Amino acid sequence: MLATDENILARAEDWRKAGKGVAIATVTETWGSAPRPVGSHLVIDEDGHFLGSVSGGCVEGEVVSEAMDTIADGKPRILEFGVADEAAWRVGLSCGGRIRVYVEKVV
Amino acid sequence: MRFDVLAAMNGERAARRACVLVTEMPGGDQRFVKAADLASDPLAEILEASLRTGKSGMVEHEGRSYFLTVQAPPARLIVIGAVHITQALAPMARVAGFDLTIIDPRTAFATLERFPDVTLIADWPQEIIPTLGLDRYTAVACFTHDPKIDDPGIEAALSAECFYVGALGSRKTHGNRVQRLKEKGFSDEQIARIKAPIGVDIGAVSPAEIAVSVLAEIVLSLRKKPLRADAPQRAGAAA
Repeated sequence: MLATDENILARAEDWRKAGKGVAIATVTETWGSAPRPVGSHLVIDEDGHFLGSVSGGCVEGEVVSEAMDTIADGKPRILEFGVADEAAWRVGLSCGGRIRVYVEKVV
Repeated sequence: MRFDVLAAMNGERAARRACVLVTEMPGGDQRFVKAADLASDPLAEILEASLRTGKSGMVEHEGRSYFLTVQAPPARLIVIGAVHITQALAPMARVAGFDLTIIDPRTAFATLERFPDVTLIADWPQEIIPTLGLDRYTAVACFTHDPKIDDPGIEAALSAECFYVGALGSRKTHGNRVQRLKEKGFSDEQIARIKAPIGVDIGAVSPAEIAVSVLAEIVLSLRKKPLRADAPQRAGAAA
């Protein structure tokens, strides 16, 4: 079943209620052909479980790892991914688009 | 994001009420604005525009940048009348992303064979509609031609300010309908919101073509018009 935005944020609430550290990643801007629209969410818990998506699966791994840092230090992060990036060979977007993702902790 | 804000957003969504989370960028200061409180927010105009389109995005205001997480309830469509047009409309509405409910008390029409995989309720609209919680993110289309069945749906949709209220029928049929609604106390302004004859004028003839014209009109009402549509209704119709 596809996860809708509805059950993505509901899951974040459930995880937090269960006492887990939780972060929410949100696509805030896109350029070119980006796979997921602005406003799409990926939610992550402290154990690395995640639900939702911010891309077609290309950069989720990197976002999850940054989210773990945000859960640890409480600081929001703004991440940018695109083919022009230094990290492109590692976690670039094969579609050629560029996205900006905001990662924040649920406190 | 504060946990109470997250819980409130989930609560608003479950209750089918719109809201916006405003996050200042890059700082991250946040405030949560319910649709009912929009008017008093410093970004009122911007927030209202964003709710109309239902799209999240970055906005600028007085030299500051904000990200708006816009949470509008998913649009849904309630169809009164399990008729031939509805059979064509049901799969189209699903593809277009509308949550569809069909109501028809006539059990010969409301059968699972005719409507597989759809929420189909074989009962009177006046019994069912109060349980559905109509709102500004609901469209109501009435296809039976029968006042006993259509009118309760139209009346409930007007009262709930549904973003779309359409009713099949000739101009004469609609004239009689207008008379009945006036006698029930509906204002001219409310009555003018009814799309009748129903559908965008694409010269539709077959039930499937009429379904296309109605679905197009619903999308138009959702995306291009204020939700409290006060624009005069356009001329032209499908049926």
